[in-house]
Amino acid sequence: MMNRENTTREEEFIHPARFKREEEELYLASQWQLMWWKFKEHKAAMASAIVIILLYIIAIFAEFFAPFDPMRRAPKYIQAPPQKIHFIDKEGFHLRPFVYDMKGTIDRDTMTRVYEIDKSYRYRVYFFVRGDEYKLWNLFKCDLHLFGTKQGTALYLFGTDGLGRDMLSRIIYGARISLSIGLVGVFLSLILGLILGGIAGYFGGVVDSAIQRLSEVVRSFPTIPLWLGLSAALPPDWPPLRIYFGITVILSLSGWTGLARQARGKILSLKTEDFVLAARFSGASTARVIGAHLIPSFMSHIIATLTLAIPYMILGETALSFLGIGLRDPVVSWGVLLQRAQNIHTIANNPWLLLPGVCVIVTILCFNFVGDGLRDAADPYSR
Amino acid sequence: MLKYIARRLLIMIPIFFIISLVSFTIILLPPGDAIDRYMDNLIFEHGLTEEVKAQISALKELYAMDEPVWVQYFKWMGKVLKGDFGYSFQWERPVAEIIWERLALTLIITISSLLFSWVIAFPVGIYSAIKHNSMGDYFFTLLGFIGLSIPNFMLALLIMYGVFVWFGESLVGLFSSEYINVPWSWAKFVDMLKHLWLPMVIVGTAGTAGLIRVLRNNLLDELQKPYVITARAKGLTGIKLLLKYPLRVAINPFLSTVGWILPQLISGATITSVVLNLPTSGAVLLNALLFQDMYLAGAIIMLLATMTLIGTLLSDILLAAIDPRIKYE
Repeated sequence: MMNRENTTREEEFIHPARFKREEEELYLASQWQLMWWKFKEHKAAMASAIVIILLYIIAIFAEFFAPFDPMRRAPKYIQAPPQKIHFIDKEGFHLRPFVYDMKGTIDRDTMTRVYEIDKSYRYRVYFFVRGDEYKLWNLFKCDLHLFGTKQGTALYLFGTDGLGRDMLSRIIYGARISLSIGLVGVFLSLILGLILGGIAGYFGGVVDSAIQRLSEVVRSFPTIPLWLGLSAALPPDWPPLRIYFGITVILSLSGWTGLARQARGKILSLKTEDFVLAARFSGASTARVIGAHLIPSFMSHIIATLTLAIPYMILGETALSFLGIGLRDPVVSWGVLLQRAQNIHTIANNPWLLLPGVCVIVTILCFNFVGDGLRDAADPYSR
Repeated sequence: MLKYIARRLLIMIPIFFIISLVSFTIILLPPGDAIDRYMDNLIFEHGLTEEVKAQISALKELYAMDEPVWVQYFKWMGKVLKGDFGYSFQWERPVAEIIWERLALTLIITISSLLFSWVIAFPVGIYSAIKHNSMGDYFFTLLGFIGLSIPNFMLALLIMYGVFVWFGESLVGLFSSEYINVPWSWAKFVDMLKHLWLPMVIVGTAGTAGLIRVLRNNLLDELQKPYVITARAKGLTGIKLLLKYPLRVAINPFLSTVGWILPQLISGATITSVVLNLPTSGAVLLNALLFQDMYLAGAIIMLLATMTLIGTLLSDILLAAIDPRIKYE
């Protein structure tokens, strides 16, 4: 905004007509337009937003992006390290990338598997290959994968786990659970937070202080012990989908407080505004005043807070599953995958088992950047 | 001031009541818990003899298992207030015997993490505010974002992995092996301090990042205020100006954020202790939950929350004592 005005002022003398147009554009722009301009200036947030969108696209089309079925075991490649993609061999450069085969042997001293690269055999990597069959979103039968080998095996870019399952495929499938739990959880806490915060802010008095005390208690509870306690109560014989929703509900039970506080504060400051008074004089009901007039006017702040709340949900699920008290095998989520990386000896021998954790860090980092950018942009009229 | 403290103490009572309700709910939630299993075991081992029957009815009597929920709650609560947290069926010892030392260690880790985040955040926050938008500021901002984004347990795993690869040491536990089952002594204390840095850094990192941001923004706000310009116009320069006024105002978040940093630290300490295998309350809590030893789990959850509550209270009182602008409503 600052830059925009400075340059226009200088250009006023040079291009009067163009200045006029730009100025008009600035004044006529809607609030969302202004926010978008401001958000674009935050480079890290823009880059992170693109990464997040890509991650979600990969998660949505997990079956297509994953080279293998996440449950497919390769007994020849148990706990194999990530393979490197090569373009160059003795004969020179090839446009078609390839990986070398690996031969695993068991080290008798340490009883661990050691893999040696076998340069005599190579697998070429092709795009859009036919491989494991899958049903996209449980609807469409298909066997097309983004990349893979013609032989349908031996392409383990992120290594394999203790059962010889491809880590990359598992991470891509896990993204679906881990990324969606953030959205669903945040949606639930949004509803809880808006309702409770809205009621507190709008009615004030005893209701307000009761809800405030409640949110104080929830906030002063250390989250992990509380989540542990509640998720331990989920019956272990529940089907995965129900456990998934149970965990989401538990996470959002403690996630609504920030939103409620924000909604309350905004409603408190907005409810004396003229347009609210006008709406009430025109006979609008309480629900309509809150829903149609108050909430839209602080929606931008809510979205920023929501974005910052998503990483906490993802973290919560990951932590719970990592501790073995959240989602469990055969469900694949990043936390479940990390369960195998619990003790130092496993990690020391198979460091690639930490890769799901790297995905968690990247995702959370991106969400934090985007949230930061949105928070700055939420108030486009401030400098 | 005394009135303010009294008021704060009064507010604590209903909050404590809710905390105890939540903890008791957690105790009741699991369908078949350790008591049932304990009783089944008794019957399985000894048959349904008179002795076993007596024992079972004594247990049922003790935990008021046949009575309505609210009676159970008040019986439990009455004992808790006397310091009796029930019996751990997993450890076959009273809960109170197990938890106190572990909670104390949790407290030590939490407090040292808090101090750690203060010690780091203080100079870095000041630097970032004075040199804001410099390379250094951007560097620390990025570092802060990364610190915020790494889950505690990931950081623990990564550091453990790094230390193992580079130094060939495995960093687990809070004591060297020769001190594990030894009563407290000066040597054991020193040994603990040697192991304390790792959990301290791991648990403290996330809070540090948040604190740096708050301190930086507060100090930036203060530095733009007219009194700073006046002081500068009168010839006060550099460090002296900074230390004399704005810093004293900007330092408030160190105390005022304790309220939300403390739950975060205790959460972090819980999960970190599982990864690093620390003899604190976290690992015990997790095992108790997996074993459905609910009286132990409930007691730990309640005491952790109570610890947070007391910490928040102390920080509020300190803040009110230090900052005259806070009204003792």
